[in-house]
Amino acid sequence: MTGQPKKLVVLGAGTGGTLAANRIRKRFAESEVTIDVVDRDNRHIYQPGLLFIPFGLADPDEIVRPRDRQLRRGINYHLSGIESVDIDRQRVLLDNGSTLAYDVLLVATGAVLQPEETEGLAGPGRLDDVFTFYDLEGATALAERLESFDSGRLVINVVDMPIKCPVAPIEFAFLADWYFTENGVREDVTITYVTPLDGAFTKPTSSATLSSLLDEKNIELVTEFNTGEVDGVGRKLIGYDEREIPFDLAVVIPLHGGAPYVHNSPGLGDELGFVPTDKATLQSLVKPNIFVLGDAADLPASKAGSVAHFEGEVLVANIESFLAGEPLEATFDGHANCFIETGFSKALLIDFNYETEPLPGHYPGPLGLPLLKESKLNHLGKLMFQWFYWHGLLPGRDIPGIGAAMPTAGKDTGELVSAGTNREGTQ
Amino acid sequence: MTTREIANATVEVDDDGFFVDPTQWTEDMAPLLAEECGVPTPLTDKHWQVLHFMRDQYFDKGTGPTVRKLGKTSGVTVKELYQLFPKGPAKLAARCAGIPKPRGCV
Repeated sequence: MTGQPKKLVVLGAGTGGTLAANRIRKRFAESEVTIDVVDRDNRHIYQPGLLFIPFGLADPDEIVRPRDRQLRRGINYHLSGIESVDIDRQRVLLDNGSTLAYDVLLVATGAVLQPEETEGLAGPGRLDDVFTFYDLEGATALAERLESFDSGRLVINVVDMPIKCPVAPIEFAFLADWYFTENGVREDVTITYVTPLDGAFTKPTSSATLSSLLDEKNIELVTEFNTGEVDGVGRKLIGYDEREIPFDLAVVIPLHGGAPYVHNSPGLGDELGFVPTDKATLQSLVKPNIFVLGDAADLPASKAGSVAHFEGEVLVANIESFLAGEPLEATFDGHANCFIETGFSKALLIDFNYETEPLPGHYPGPLGLPLLKESKLNHLGKLMFQWFYWHGLLPGRDIPGIGAAMPTAGKDTGELVSAGTNREGTQ
Repeated sequence: MTTREIANATVEVDDDGFFVDPTQWTEDMAPLLAEECGVPTPLTDKHWQVLHFMRDQYFDKGTGPTVRKLGKTSGVTVKELYQLFPKGPAKLAARCAGIPKPRGCV
């Protein structure tokens, strides 16, 4: 490229924004592309760690690092909220009053929790008997509450999809079973998992495995429950169909939406504040010079760090093509994988994409980690992943054998199930 | 996929009874479809408002809206939606409106 450097603005310095900015910085000289990254605070939270905090398995300090320190040299960091994006005039207005003009915009502001959208969820009882572990405040307060909880009904409720890391609430149930067993009070505690889906999880094959694990661990499963109200004083969930589920302690995953500025930016987002995005190229459907990474997109993929990670490679290739005026040829296949903690130092691993269900076998090849099966190796994998997150994934380093596209080498493809039979997350 | 008779017409439906081709749907089919899936009849103006909204959204976006999107954009609150289409407004309204099953989230 010649002439003036192109201006890339990245909104959000979470998993997606950080790894994309770093990969693009590696690919282009500063004389070719300038990179400005914006975020409203300087606390990058390792979100998979939030699951462990309520059980005393991680400290809040361990999972938070400064956002700016995760960015390579040659990337400008702006500490400010975002007021709005003017997609026609190609500029971003920041809360601090300044304006950033862009040639290419990358939206990576993730998903936000919206407890205020459910009656009662942000009201009385919050942080007394009603908690979430999806933010640091909630996870930390819940740790204290769980320490003194030795009998009664624990209810875990997902209000509605989409949510970040859709397996995390089930992992919470498994870990709660382990935690109360360790504390010697499991017989005095009932654990109930309440979901709007018609099964334990969105994907049929893994849903069956997870259902039988819930059963084994004596965790009650309530399906197709659509939470209309969380009564934190009367301590019960009330469904839109008037069913009631009493609790002594509720762990509720609130509704999710896109970042608030999306609603102030005409033409950028949908009704929920997510940005309409081409599921293969990651180019937005609203403007050709806007790309979207991670949870901020309206893609039919899990809202999870692994998805943002696998998208990164495709995204950078397509931004490079876009800047060169060439067709966008790289395509994302919807690849996701998740470790699922099942308690007692074991975990499952699942690996899937838009088209293929999670299959049994091994990942990423025949000698890899066991898929869809509890094992101690997967648990160690989950624990070690934090190191890789800070030192490999965020800096944008490639690891041999772990590519963007979903591997099939180690899988039992005889059990191939089409994603066309997915459970629906709608009611 | 299979075919079925309804209101003196032959239409294509999927395994869960959702229309495959929304252009095969006519308004006189809606009350019959409603009765089949437990939606209270006779259909009220509010039901019709939702059914027409579902169809508009389908032809505009290629999929029916989720219940949250319906609550935000159809002019009918989520609470009312559950009264009109008990047990699952997005799915039941899609069935009665003759559009394919809405794509869910993973």
